[in-house]
Amino acid sequence: MATFFGEVLSVYSRAVEEDDDELDENEEDEQIRRELEEKREVHLHWSPEVSESLKSGNKLQCSNFVLAVGQNASSFLSVHILSTANWDTIGRASAWNERSRAVTGQSCEESACVFYRHKDNPTVLICQVSCYVAEDQLFQWTEKVFDCLQHRELNVTVLSDTSVADYKTADYLGGSSAPFLRSLHTSAFGDQPVCQSLEQPNIVTGLPAAVLNHCQVHRISAVVYQCYSDVIGPDSVTMETYKPVLTKLGRSIQSNTMRVISRYVIW
Amino acid sequence: MFISSQSSAPSFRDFTLVMPAVAVGNVGQLAVDLIVSTLNMSRVGHIHTDCLIPMAGNDPYASSKEDGEELHTPAEVYAAAELKLAVLQIRAPILQSKTKRFRQLLVSWIKSSGFSRTVVLSSSHAYQRDDQQLQGTPLRYLVTPSLLKGSADALKEMGWREMERVPAFPGLTDGNTEPRLCIPGGGITKGLYTDSCKEDLPLAVLLVFCSEGDNIPDAFALANHLNDWLHLLDDNSKQPNKWKIPTSWSLLFGNGIPPALF
Repeated sequence: MATFFGEVLSVYSRAVEEDDDELDENEEDEQIRRELEEKREVHLHWSPEVSESLKSGNKLQCSNFVLAVGQNASSFLSVHILSTANWDTIGRASAWNERSRAVTGQSCEESACVFYRHKDNPTVLICQVSCYVAEDQLFQWTEKVFDCLQHRELNVTVLSDTSVADYKTADYLGGSSAPFLRSLHTSAFGDQPVCQSLEQPNIVTGLPAAVLNHCQVHRISAVVYQCYSDVIGPDSVTMETYKPVLTKLGRSIQSNTMRVISRYVIW
Repeated sequence: MFISSQSSAPSFRDFTLVMPAVAVGNVGQLAVDLIVSTLNMSRVGHIHTDCLIPMAGNDPYASSKEDGEELHTPAEVYAAAELKLAVLQIRAPILQSKTKRFRQLLVSWIKSSGFSRTVVLSSSHAYQRDDQQLQGTPLRYLVTPSLLKGSADALKEMGWREMERVPAFPGLTDGNTEPRLCIPGGGITKGLYTDSCKEDLPLAVLLVFCSEGDNIPDAFALANHLNDWLHLLDDNSKQPNKWKIPTSWSLLFGNGIPPALF
């Protein structure tokens, strides 16, 4: 298109352009593409005990799977749940993509996506994801993780950070209303969410969406709590917005706050 | 692949399938939204695939807040058995590296489901029209040879304009420049059409030339065009507001304006 100043700009469109895949790719191109695809594969690294169990065909027994996506969601779980030191680290996931920082020695993904299991109640699993999982890796991540979990009686809770700039509403949001929670759940979810449901025309994207899609088609009970915040980085006020979710996470997950602030009753 | 959301798998034998291509202005998808919303179609299943970018949301066609809490995924199939109509809605972009595989997935699903015909609603960049295409209606159609056998008369009667073949290198008078099909901005439309020709599937493409912007009028135009052929709506009064706009179409261009701006 031409602008008023006479320059010609290439037009950006939401449409996917026709790909010329009628042109035969030569072998070298195909090899490069294959290698790139392999590099972008999602890998799960379990502890030896869990690996053995999975290899012999036994999936991880799981009644509650709590997934935190984003810094504030992960920090919330760290402070209120993981700090009780009743948790074993049982694995991690790695997903290399264009936003992974090249680090010599220990890769940054090692601390970016970790799985924990409760020592006293091993059917409770927690996963913190603070790295970026690319669009083409979301489905794979979800399939691979859920393939390791047994699906019967499984309840999934996802805490997810997002920006309030993505929240669409007819009434203008004054600065005072953020941060706030909205929920989205699958048809199999039988409980009551702790907050309002996500109104039209808002949607959920990224890893929480991939998890919801998987759970919906496989009829697993799952709920996503999306926290809309006006702060991009780690923020204690945003973190505390997730507090009402603690009431739903089950008696088996003892909260650190229970000892300090006894007004929270865990069921 | 197709996963039923009901207790048993639905039968699509002899149904007509209407589906969008993710294309410029998202016109096909908007038109499909109008169809599902107006005919109050019920969801019968999901296309669960790694080819689409994941997204999730509440029921985009809910009329009231109470029944609005039903999770919807990027590719879903709706059906209206009394009309023998099935509609596939695609709500998310197709991953660049997976377009070919997605086309193959669709073609094999169409084949195995036994649809009597498939109609792809699509669009193409208006700015890439040649001089001839600039005149007259912006709507075009394409049919595979398989569908042409049954529908040639109907198409002729409606006076529809077939999508023109354009020379590969306009301006060059070289002997090898055989005109070929070109649908810029149409996403997988051309690929799906050529695949269907190869597989002898009865498939039609209905597209409109448009630009990015407020594409709601284009969606109405395309939906009305389709209705002229398939007669999905009983209402023959030609009123422009016979289509029901879904609640998910609100705030298409952003939030309300903050009063502090002024």
